[in-house]
Amino acid sequence: MLLISCPNCGSRDETEFHYGGQAHVPYPENPDELTDRQWAEFLFYRDNTKGSFAERWLHSTGCRQWFNMLRDTVTYDIQAIYPMGAPRPAPNTDQPADFGTASLAPDSTTTGTTGPSVASTDLGPAEPAATAPKGATQ
Amino acid sequence: MAKTTAHTVRDNDLSRRTSPAAPLADAFEAGSVAGVVELREEPFLTMVGLRVQHGTEVGDRIAAVTGGLPEASGGVGGNDDCSVLWLGPTEFLVVAPMEAHESLGGTLIQSLRDALGDGEGQVVDLSANRTTFELTGSRSRAVLEKGCSLDLHPRVLKAGTALSTEIGQIPVVLWKTGDESFRIFPRASFADFLGRWLLDAMREYAAPEVP
Ligand SMILES: [Zn+2]
Repeated sequence: MLLISCPNCGSRDETEFHYGGQAHVPYPENPDELTDRQWAEFLFYRDNTKGSFAERWLHSTGCRQWFNMLRDTVTYDIQAIYPMGAPRPAPNTDQPADFGTASLAPDSTTTGTTGPSVASTDLGPAEPAATAPKGATQ
Repeated sequence: MAKTTAHTVRDNDLSRRTSPAAPLADAFEAGSVAGVVELREEPFLTMVGLRVQHGTEVGDRIAAVTGGLPEASGGVGGNDDCSVLWLGPTEFLVVAPMEAHESLGGTLIQSLRDALGDGEGQVVDLSANRTTFELTGSRSRAVLEKGCSLDLHPRVLKAGTALSTEIGQIPVVLWKTGDESFRIFPRASFADFLGRWLLDAMREYAAPEVP
């Protein structure tokens, strides 16, 4: 069981959340101009990352709000939690693992305003989502 | 609102309505252990769902009716007439006595609607959405801990806190109303299951404690 730290509610069991798939998949700027293949790629094609992966989560039995999470798909280490609409932070291994405490206090951040603190140590350039068709919005 | 008036006159015979956990009323009484852990349904509380933004003009108008809007997760506000539970950054649940409902001549819902006006938000009568369980007694926390992953220890969960969570895998709002008393709001269709689940969790406390 993962303990996920909701930006609004603090640490809760994974069962209170729903997974929303890959984050930062932009809606095409001009959907009408896409070929069927590009449209299918926008709808159905997602990265299958081994390692740091940006994904969307919904705290469905709690505050019913969406947020983004950077999670290592191998170790399940939650590296960052940040608001919808915020850019993907660089993966970072130095961050203390403060996402595993059982406290229910809204510990880390408040409503969508503050992003996670991301230290400067990069693991390399964050790979942009490769699925966006040309001409898509960011 | 002539329609509402007609409705009130026709349907004021409350003996005809049945609360979601009414079939379990006897079982609740039999399963309760006085002073140790007691369970009962508090039926037909008036509940109103609010969607409104903090700090806006309409938010302030609504807050004036409810006695404030809680700021963050766990928060409970209110005044003598009602309580307001935080459900989300822009979502709140107003809980008031049965008599506050407009079918019984109460004015709470209408004053909330008036406060909303044509502002951005929602005021929705949700009185039939959930029912209310009152779980009290020195063992009430122990009962809940069998099926709730929150830290319910009093050093973390203070009286006057309400949280959306799961109990026995049922999504509920859990409101700690006192040091040894909880209100649990399951949706109506889950009331039977959760009622039986709680009774089962209470059973061991009916037996004499093994020294
Ligand atoms: Zn939440």
